Amino acid sequence: MLRLILKRVVNMVPTIAGVALVVFVLFSVIPGSFISSLMDDGRGGMDPAVVERMRRELGLDDPVAVRIVRYLGQLVVGDLGTSFRTREPVTRLIGQRLGASLELTFAAMGFAMLVGIPLGFYAALRPGSLIDTAAMIAAVSGLSLPKFWLGLMLMYLFAEYLHWLPSFGYGGWEHLILPALALGVSPMALLARTTRASVLEVINADFVRTARSKGMSETRVVTWHVARNALLLVLTTVGLQFGALMGQAVVVEKLFSWPGLGGLLVDSVVQRDIPAVQGGILVIVLFFLVINMLVDIAYVVIDPRIRAG
Amino acid sequence: MLCRASGILHRSACAVRLIEACALMVAVLCAVIGHDASAQEPRKGGILRMTAPYGTTLTSLDIHTTPRAQDGIVAKAIHRTLYRWDSAANSPVLELAKDVTVSNGGLVHTFKLRDDAYFHNGRKMTADDIIWSYTRIMDGSKGFPGARYIRLIKGAVDVEKGQAKEISGLKKIDDFTLEITITDKVQPGFYLIDDTTTILARENVESGAILTAPVGLGPFKFAEHIPGSRLVAERWEKFYKPGLPYLDKVVIQIMGEAAARDVAFRSKEVDISILGPAQYVAYREDPSLKNGLIDVAEFFTRSMGMNPSFKPFQDKRVRLAINHAIDADVIIKRLIKEKAFRASSWLPIGLDGYDPALKPYAFDPEQAKKLLAEAGYPNGFEFEWTTSQNESWGLPVVEAVIPMLAKVGITAKPKLVEAAVLTETILKGDFQAYIWSNSSGPDPLKALKGFHSATPRTAGNYVGFKNADYDKLVEQAAATDDAANRTQLLKQANALFYAEAPIWFFNYNKAVMAYQPWVHGLQKNAMELTHQYTEYLWVEATSPAK
Repeated sequence: MLRLILKRVVNMVPTIAGVALVVFVLFSVIPGSFISSLMDDGRGGMDPAVVERMRRELGLDDPVAVRIVRYLGQLVVGDLGTSFRTREPVTRLIGQRLGASLELTFAAMGFAMLVGIPLGFYAALRPGSLIDTAAMIAAVSGLSLPKFWLGLMLMYLFAEYLHWLPSFGYGGWEHLILPALALGVSPMALLARTTRASVLEVINADFVRTARSKGMSETRVVTWHVARNALLLVLTTVGLQFGALMGQAVVVEKLFSWPGLGGLLVDSVVQRDIPAVQGGILVIVLFFLVINMLVDIAYVVIDPRIRAG
Repeated sequence: MLCRASGILHRSACAVRLIEACALMVAVLCAVIGHDASAQEPRKGGILRMTAPYGTTLTSLDIHTTPRAQDGIVAKAIHRTLYRWDSAANSPVLELAKDVTVSNGGLVHTFKLRDDAYFHNGRKMTADDIIWSYTRIMDGSKGFPGARYIRLIKGAVDVEKGQAKEISGLKKIDDFTLEITITDKVQPGFYLIDDTTTILARENVESGAILTAPVGLGPFKFAEHIPGSRLVAERWEKFYKPGLPYLDKVVIQIMGEAAARDVAFRSKEVDISILGPAQYVAYREDPSLKNGLIDVAEFFTRSMGMNPSFKPFQDKRVRLAINHAIDADVIIKRLIKEKAFRASSWLPIGLDGYDPALKPYAFDPEQAKKLLAEAGYPNGFEFEWTTSQNESWGLPVVEAVIPMLAKVGITAKPKLVEAAVLTETILKGDFQAYIWSNSSGPDPLKALKGFHSATPRTAGNYVGFKNADYDKLVEQAAATDDAANRTQLLKQANALFYAEAPIWFFNYNKAVMAYQPWVHGLQKNAMELTHQYTEYLWVEATSPAK
């Protein structure tokens, strides 16, 4: 197991380095700069001397190659640089936001798993039933709903109309519900569909028929043989969705004024705060990789065949 | 009637009842009147929930590093500059000084500073703090945006170039007397009012604490910042204006999404919120919201800049043709939903030098065609129009204008870019035409100087305007000591710029803010409506914010 973890960790290094390089090069060549973004609200130009000084201060005058080497050198020692905008270390900016992002991601995924997996399972055990049809219609709808629109509808209903929940902001659990729902509906729908398909595939397998013919109770067949085997595909979906959610949260965070990494990334991209963009993306990529590593470890725990292989 | 029917005994009892009833009515009336009176009397206490609508974050808590409107909202609560904007008088007034005497032909300003202004760390502000703050802004190794304003002070450029350590034009007479020598005969209030020239506490800056817990001189002291969500500031008890601020706390909610602000306002989770064109229509038509709107013609002029390096735009007749070919009134009415005032020159409404006698160019396609033919373009021409997505002055406007120009034979091809790219494109002069919203105040002289031929593109002359007569008028306006003469010269320069039409004059921004019925003290700040001097704001006890 330790060997597997070590191998995975080592494999992460080139991925992270590659992502860092691609993001750096992209943001070095696209038009627009932090300095021009400071003037984009039309509140007046800046005199050339200040622009020149700012470029020098932020290192924007150095050749791209020099900046890349400097950046990678910093990255090796865990230094993500200093934000152009706030003048704070990027690690501090990310630290301020990571907790809220994780909170939202885990809440959304928790909702998706708690609702999606049982729904898919139940639908698969009664294929063609009214519940199955309703669940799948709900799943398809959930997958097609844009997060922004869904978030707004939730705001209108629960904040403006019913006055049950706050429409935005960060604080207690009541602030978490609407953004978590807006973010979690899509993975919930996907998990419901995946679970249903996976269970349907396993439920007709030979070993399930054998188990039944041995006289095993239906409950034991379902929980021991069907669920365990169907779980592998579900787990893969959970892993992929979990990792992707942090990136997808951008829209939801902006809508609900949620102080996560998404909001930081949006404004950093718009204002060309290159160190903050690079740092934010790296953290999201790292999160994705770590989640997938944990899924791989879970495979081994769940399925002895993989362990043996 | 009943009393009359009841006899003498009853009559006296009835009379007593009548008196009682009258007394009760009077009491109720007094109570109502009393309530009304107390409702208008500023109330101490309460929380105001504002919105910071220009993005999902604040740029920086070090206000010297950021000129963005979003950060100015926070600055108005926590910080102070030497001058502040008086919305009622529409001019700058002293803030950190009680008095100023001007000598040496308007170049030497001796400020009697407040001796009751305390930083939020308890230290009293002195002349040293102003000198230190201005010197920091001129640090030649750093890029502080406020340098463009402080450069007005004699010797500031020397510090910027590293040739001096101190600004020679800043002279401390005593702790509370500061002499500032400026290089041009201008009203320094227009310069030393910008948030990027805020007076900061040296110890707060040098310790680095300003980035996370800024210390200022404003009516509210920093309490909490959750990046991307909110900033909270609490009443500063030692604020120098007696009895102010009224509020206990100001919560600035960072809400970049207009639809989310709308829901939050309607569900009474925020107290004031800036509106876009679509919301403006909805709020105007909603009986429960229409009485809670405040609007002001901001000092922003929206225009299409024409690059003189593009051959057709070198001809004044072509530029005039474009102004005649576009029905700006229709766009303002139908697309912008009347959330703008038609521009009739560069200087906006309410500014010294604005001439109400100047009328907008008439929508006259036939005249446009005639002018084009005279200029040698009877079949029109094609140009690229760089724009951002902005809903009030970006792509939607360009798309509305394209068919109007097509009717006179001009083909406009939109080039959509991000806001930061638009700025860069304009500053580099890498465009044929652009559409933008630009600050055109509060100083009319500075606004018009922006188009002086000596002003570089990066400092405001985005269309590279060059006109010797115009330059002369602006120079004369800058040199004169006579206020009336200056106004006249500014009017002439403004009219000349209008007649030369280097831009399509579209509109002046009409900023609109919605406020809840319990909010009072809002100021019609034409510099930026979201920039409210928070010490004057107060809320009734009916406010739901706890």
